[in-house]
Amino acid sequence: MTGPRGGRGKGSGTLLQLVRKDLLVGWHGRARLVGLSTYAVTLLLVFSFALGPDTATLHDHASAYAWVALLSASTLLLAQSFLQEVEGGALEGLLLLPVSPVALFYAKALANLLLLLVLAGVLLPLGAVLFDVSPSGPPLALAGILALGCAGLVAPGTLYAALTARVASQQVLLPVLLFPLVVPPVLASVKATALLVDGDPMGQLGAWAGLLVAFDVLYWSLCGVLFGRVLEA
Amino acid sequence: MPEPVVRARDLGRRFGGRWALGRVDLDLLQGERLLLMGRNGGGKTTLLRLFSTLLAPSRGTVAIFGLDPAREAYRIRRRLALLAHLPFLYEDLSGPDNLRVVARLVGRADDPAPWLARVGLDPRPDPVRTWSAGMRKRLSFARLLLQEPELALIDEPYGQLDPDGHAWVDGLLKEMASAGTTVIVASHLVDRASALCQRALLLHDGLPRWSGPSDQAPRAWTCFQERAS
Repeated sequence: MTGPRGGRGKGSGTLLQLVRKDLLVGWHGRARLVGLSTYAVTLLLVFSFALGPDTATLHDHASAYAWVALLSASTLLLAQSFLQEVEGGALEGLLLLPVSPVALFYAKALANLLLLLVLAGVLLPLGAVLFDVSPSGPPLALAGILALGCAGLVAPGTLYAALTARVASQQVLLPVLLFPLVVPPVLASVKATALLVDGDPMGQLGAWAGLLVAFDVLYWSLCGVLFGRVLEA
Repeated sequence: MPEPVVRARDLGRRFGGRWALGRVDLDLLQGERLLLMGRNGGGKTTLLRLFSTLLAPSRGTVAIFGLDPAREAYRIRRRLALLAHLPFLYEDLSGPDNLRVVARLVGRADDPAPWLARVGLDPRPDPVRTWSAGMRKRLSFARLLLQEPELALIDEPYGQLDPDGHAWVDGLLKEMASAGTTVIVASHLVDRASALCQRALLLHDGLPRWSGPSDQAPRAWTCFQERAS
């Protein structure tokens, strides 16, 4: 039983290898990502047509609708990320390797975050055109709020996607479990994005961003700890 | 006396209110090969999953390499591999990519070619969801071999393979035996698998019904089936 041995795959390298694996699996299933993008873009189109041609109304609701579209698409993205793990028993196979559940969680959450940010990168410029919006705040701040908001969705979403992955009614169960938990980060994201789009005369952006950071720290810590229990269930 | 690779005492596992396995006592030394036989639902797969650390016992104790799976699963998993009913593969990835993922995680060189050659597969770039069941089975074997386990847990090695594949599995198990790998095989092909093992254990309704040298296993299995029918 001899074979080619190398020295990789240990310590922090494991996390990187798992992220690489998740991105590779995501890339090979990119048809699903295209489908998700189409779904999210369609949502934005429907919202913009429903509001009508009134520029002020479109402007006022832009950030809320962008986040609703992202939230909906993220639920599907998260569910799919674990469907590929359950199909063929790949997740069980991973659990049999010397890989900690904590590394599995953070790798999957990071990969999901990257994929969601790619989706947001497609969605938001299109939303800006549809809703006739040009951000008044710095683009970097907008990118920061986007990353913090997506992180707030992804951490509990990854945990619950794992929990519901082997359940037949996952597509129903996941939003039911996830949405109550992500209300605070989504609200904070909507408010912070609106302040960056419309201007922030009262200087409230820092408070909303702080709230987002607090929820992200809480969710990313707690979900990482709980993930092992979820996999054992 | 050397430490057994597998030690089980009064081992049992319950799913809900039903006992899937109970009263298993076993010591397996390094290099020994054990055949698990029994009808569907007899408890073979449950026993393999308990030994693999994927399941925790509901009663009794189990030690693998002298380690407690509840506390030291990570160390145990470095030294064992399981071939199960599910192939443990990413359906959207190619065979070579599937092996690369595992190789990188267990710290092996990530060239899948030698492992694919060993199981008689080409490094095809198409996703494994388009592969035949037999080819997937061979790829699962490559995944197991790549881990270079000291303890190999093999559930139905002949399943989904053609007659040539059966002979190939025989050769592979002999190769593992000569390398000193401890092997537990669960199989319905008792005549075939018993020739490759030293000991056998018959499970029925989750309970051990017979154990002994593997050369007596075919007769014990025939007697059991006659009594049961």
